[in-house]
Amino acid sequence: MAPPVVTVFGTANFANAARVMACLEEVGVEYEVVEVDYMAKEHKGAEHLARNPLGQIPAFQDGDIKLFESRAIAKYVLRKYSKAAHVDLLREGNPEEAAMVDVWTEVEAHTYFPAIAPIFYECVVYPATHGIPTNQKVVDESLEKLKKVLDVYEAHLSRSKYLYLAGDFFSFADLNHFPFTFHVMTTPHASLFDSYPHVKAWWERVMARPSLKKISPDMVIRA
Amino acid sequence: MAMKVYGPAMSTNVARVLVCLEEVGAEYEVVPVDMTTGEHKSPAHDARNPFGQVPAFQDGDLILYESRAISKYILRKGGSDLLRESNLAESAMVDVWLEVESGHFSSTMSPIIFQCLVVPFLGGETDTKIVQENLEKLKTALGVYEARLSRFKYLAGDFVSLADISHFPAAYYLLGGSHASVLDAYPHVKAWLAEVMDRPSVRKVVELMKLPSA
Repeated sequence: MAPPVVTVFGTANFANAARVMACLEEVGVEYEVVEVDYMAKEHKGAEHLARNPLGQIPAFQDGDIKLFESRAIAKYVLRKYSKAAHVDLLREGNPEEAAMVDVWTEVEAHTYFPAIAPIFYECVVYPATHGIPTNQKVVDESLEKLKKVLDVYEAHLSRSKYLYLAGDFFSFADLNHFPFTFHVMTTPHASLFDSYPHVKAWWERVMARPSLKKISPDMVIRA
Repeated sequence: MAMKVYGPAMSTNVARVLVCLEEVGAEYEVVPVDMTTGEHKSPAHDARNPFGQVPAFQDGDLILYESRAISKYILRKGGSDLLRESNLAESAMVDVWLEVESGHFSSTMSPIIFQCLVVPFLGGETDTKIVQENLEKLKTALGVYEARLSRFKYLAGDFVSLADISHFPAAYYLLGGSHASVLDAYPHVKAWLAEVMDRPSVRKVVELMKLPSA
């Protein structure tokens, strides 16, 4: 195996660390994973704060370059290593395509993630790692929000007939939806997506990516 | 044909786009969207922003939404250096601090602005608990900013970038509201914000934000 080129601080069971690893897999760059012990509050300790002043997971290092915020790290990885890997997930050579990738990346961050994440935390994380029972009220509210969001996604995909969110090409925008959607798909709420055939078909296309199949097993949250 | 921005200038997300247009000296038109009558949920606006939000943006046949996506498109088209996309290390730092802006600064300011400005305007009563909770989160973030700006002139390094300017809309409301004194404990942040607010592009958009039709 080739020596690691970069380091990710935070294991794949953290969805935002998985976001970065998905990009590293897409560009075929070897990476070292350093565990940050969340239960021991290592992410709030001095050593980790020096890498991520917000005390969050992940952090990242590539030589002298030290970064935090998973979407920023992911974009850096793609910008630096895409050409050699012959992938183009940012489409920065085409202003209109790059803009559509940015649009759906922003939608994920501001609209999709806030609706879907609480389902993951309540149904998977809190019971498994904190022994806290699921707050069904929070889950129900999130499911209602998510349905409204998926209404728009379904309309977008069916009207445009695009294979992926930003166009007929897999992009950073689709990849950004992967971590939290993957986790919710391991819960009974996966059935919500059955009512959105174009969204479901898009998701199946996304999950067919070898990079995502590879990291999925490491993402599973265990009690 | 001039680029079009749909939405009121006083909206923080609309203002972000307008300042980028000013930075590149682009010709643009602001098309009002009357949110008090629910125009942002109308079929006409839905065709431009299917999430029923402002801004929406049009450049010829290209329709975009999400203010930070629109902003980047405008800056790239106008040949601006505010993104540093020709430099890997610098563009990465711009992206990092843009994420911090959206996830930790504007996100905590947004409920404060809503409770202190929008709710009273609509005839309601400010929820002081929400304001206080978010002020505490804001102070935590400001501590991180203070440490950063004690080492570097601007957020991404010693060069101004979209990461700095993207803070201006929420900062405008913070500075003009009843909680401006929260900045007194963060002198580097206060000085940095004063400089951002002094940019000609920002001063121009602030005037637009004050107009009654905005």
